Amino acid sequence: MMNLQSWVFYGFAALAIVAASMVVVSKNPVRAVLFLVLTFFSTAGLWMLLEAEFLAVTLVLVYVGAVMVLFLFVVMMLDVELASIREGFARYLPLGLCVSTLVVVGLVFAAGPNNFGTDIVAKPSPHPPQFSNVAELGKHLYTEYLFPFELAGILLLVAIIAAISLTYRGRRESKAGSPVLQVQVRKQDRIRLVNIPSERENP
Amino acid sequence: MNPLSDYLTLSAILFGIGIAGIFINRKNIIILLMCIELLLLAVNTNFIAFSRYLNNLDGQIFVFFVLTVAAAEAAIGLAILVVLFRKKKTINVEELDSLKG
Repeated sequence: MMNLQSWVFYGFAALAIVAASMVVVSKNPVRAVLFLVLTFFSTAGLWMLLEAEFLAVTLVLVYVGAVMVLFLFVVMMLDVELASIREGFARYLPLGLCVSTLVVVGLVFAAGPNNFGTDIVAKPSPHPPQFSNVAELGKHLYTEYLFPFELAGILLLVAIIAAISLTYRGRRESKAGSPVLQVQVRKQDRIRLVNIPSERENP
Repeated sequence: MNPLSDYLTLSAILFGIGIAGIFINRKNIIILLMCIELLLLAVNTNFIAFSRYLNNLDGQIFVFFVLTVAAAEAAIGLAILVVLFRKKKTINVEELDSLKG
């Protein structure tokens, strides 16, 4: 007997797996980015189901709204010829499938129902209606984790500076001359007077 | 409510897809970066599932920091990618061998 919550879980889980597979196999990078967005959306639904509302909304706003749009911009800006990028796809397919199957089988074996089933990890009781995930998260973040929080802020600042200084190409590459240097030029820097004897007709 | 093992299995599958993507698309840096995002997403789902079932909010705090680092990583990675494409006119991993690695 499955209740509504289970159906929602299986729906989002199936959507996430299908979309993630399409990210990996799709030929067109733009389409891959869009499928990754779909993966993020369905995973945000799953996080909602786990009552992590703040992080679910953050995933949609920050990840889909900022990071994925950045990906989309970059993919559309670089015109990549798809043919050369795609070669070697079939060659590495068996190896990739082997390794990932090994990893998945190992992980599922470790995390399967006999280790983390309902009888071992009990289902948590749902939070009361007035419970606020954001308030609780904020309480932890601004007391216990205040220092890591500030470090994260500095990390983001460093990332901003790095990204801008890497891609900035303004004045540094321009060919315009500097008026200060132009005014300072003296005659003897630029002009060389050469004495050339005047030509004579053959005697 | 589904047992914890369902969430862990789902994130294991997502992780496997990410690993397979890194092996399959080893020429296209953009797809490689996207596969890394996929791996991080799987790990974050694990964190949140454990945080809910063990009734401990620290897992969600950890996801918060992972998201921060992943955003920074994506921004710098894409910036390097753009500079690389400007200089070399390609993002094929095989042709980026100036360091002779």
